[in-house]
Amino acid sequence: MKLIFEKSVAGRRGVRLPKCDVLAELAVPEELKRKQPPDLPEVSELETVRHWTELSRHNFGVDTNFYPLGSCTMKYNPKIGEEVAKYQGFSSLHPLLPQLRQGGVLTQGALQVIYETERLLSEITGMAEFTMQPLAGAHGELTGIMLIAAYHKSKGNRKTKVIIPDSAHGTNPASAAIAGYEVVSVPSNNNGVMDFNEFEKVLNEEVAAVMLTCPNTLGLFNPDIKKIADRTHQVGGLMYYDGANLNAILGKCRPGDIGFDVVHLNLHKTFGTPHGGGGPGAGPVGVKEHLKEFLPISLVVKRPDGTYALEYDRPKSIGYVAPFYGNFGVILKCYVYILLLGREGLIRVAENAVLNANYMMEKLKSYYHLPYDRRCMHEFVLSAKRQKEKGVKALDIAKRLLDFGFHPPTIYFPLIVEEAMMIEPTETESRETLDKFIEAMIQIAGEAEQEPQRLKDAPHNLDISRLDEVTAAREPNLRWKG
Amino acid sequence: MYPADLKYTDTHEWVRIEEKTGTVTVGISEYAVKQISDIVFLELPSVGDNLKKGSPFGAIESVKAVFDLNSPVTGEVTEVNQAITDNLDLLQTDPYGQGWMIKIKVESEDEFEALMNAVDYENHTRNA
Repeated sequence: MKLIFEKSVAGRRGVRLPKCDVLAELAVPEELKRKQPPDLPEVSELETVRHWTELSRHNFGVDTNFYPLGSCTMKYNPKIGEEVAKYQGFSSLHPLLPQLRQGGVLTQGALQVIYETERLLSEITGMAEFTMQPLAGAHGELTGIMLIAAYHKSKGNRKTKVIIPDSAHGTNPASAAIAGYEVVSVPSNNNGVMDFNEFEKVLNEEVAAVMLTCPNTLGLFNPDIKKIADRTHQVGGLMYYDGANLNAILGKCRPGDIGFDVVHLNLHKTFGTPHGGGGPGAGPVGVKEHLKEFLPISLVVKRPDGTYALEYDRPKSIGYVAPFYGNFGVILKCYVYILLLGREGLIRVAENAVLNANYMMEKLKSYYHLPYDRRCMHEFVLSAKRQKEKGVKALDIAKRLLDFGFHPPTIYFPLIVEEAMMIEPTETESRETLDKFIEAMIQIAGEAEQEPQRLKDAPHNLDISRLDEVTAAREPNLRWKG
Repeated sequence: MYPADLKYTDTHEWVRIEEKTGTVTVGISEYAVKQISDIVFLELPSVGDNLKKGSPFGAIESVKAVFDLNSPVTGEVTEVNQAITDNLDLLQTDPYGQGWMIKIKVESEDEFEALMNAVDYENHTRNA
């Protein structure tokens, strides 16, 4: 397919503007005008529409393909969320409005949405209060770690370390390091969860926090989790819950009840809002009572008369972490999602997410190496170790899956599994879809034995085959006509 | 399979000890290069940086992931091989020669005792 620049024809126009009627003295001064017109493609409106529509048809998305991208919870995003987000009362609101005199009266609905979503998330996770501001998961992590740092500072605690298991998302150590902590990595045991004895060895008074995903990136729930929380609290450390995998435990157990002090959630994972083109997401952070005073400003509060207001007067707050109130549209869709499903619906989400993952794991484990063979939660990790003996890598299997119309699983993560393939079906897929994927994976396992070259040359059915990822990464060429 | 005149770490760095000058040359083993595969970026320290045994001195990035390079000894960086950051293929073609990464002036030669010889390292890679 041609680039839009290659479709350009000199002199062709998309839009015809009326004659300029701005007074000459109001025009842009000569010295501020660009010397040459911008190098934009010259195409008609129809060609532009066709170009982008065609591009979108080359894409894999949840609305077009099964998308079992592990750790990303690529569930169906109910369209009613989009409907509500389009309501003019929400979509036309100016973010400065609630800060203007009398503006609060005009924005009660939006403030109520933020307030009630915050209350719902607090109830779901067992926390005291949430900030809805962080704009994505990693942003939430950094906010959470900064809250922990503020807490220790106010207590006069000298803390320098954050403990993180070796199966963690890379953003965990990155967030802790950016906040100024030394990261201590703890290996996993044979059951695929953080080794409790190794954890005990590095746990001491210097530990500010333990950052955990539970279930972890192998889809395994840590049976020692309560013990880990208790021991951490004994040395004055705090427990941080990475909510990336909350989908597995919705309504079944609450991080706050286990002993976690800080939680971030990924609304674009668990709460059915779109991942979009890499965003926007939302990564609200919840805290227990003892950390509330440090939450970022502003917070939405409910006054005794039942009206809502933005509160800025929080002297111990870590300050601003985002402009305005976070990604409001995402918060709104999350609110719709929670109300749509209700308590029972959310519990069913967790049950079906776990059931679907276990169904696939059982069906596939005789065809691929399963490094941790125990009941999984919402996702599981296979290894292409057996296929590698035939020269077939996880990457080749992922590319071949594209031929079957499936987005591949996450590959090469977590790092502790060789040739990892991390599969998360989510609760919104039908059994028929799961079966089709399983059939494709079984066929691919056969091809790895019989005709490995077929996998190494995959994908065969798409417009573009293998990209030269090494050169693309070493010498990125990000401009047309370089 | 691995050069016998070198020492190795369990995180796959090799070490060439030059007793006269009290410095060591450090790189990564052929095994590591193969495992990482599709290397796209290498980050090395600067001359004069102080390194701690077991702590990262740099990072190596593949299409798949980023891996830490861990210092086998404590000491100061005296030389950095700029040639490889521009030509990463040297890691594949000559990992123990032109593919060297840094030289370190070591603080204590006692740390050499913890390093593996070629035979032990080969066993280590087999069990990995």
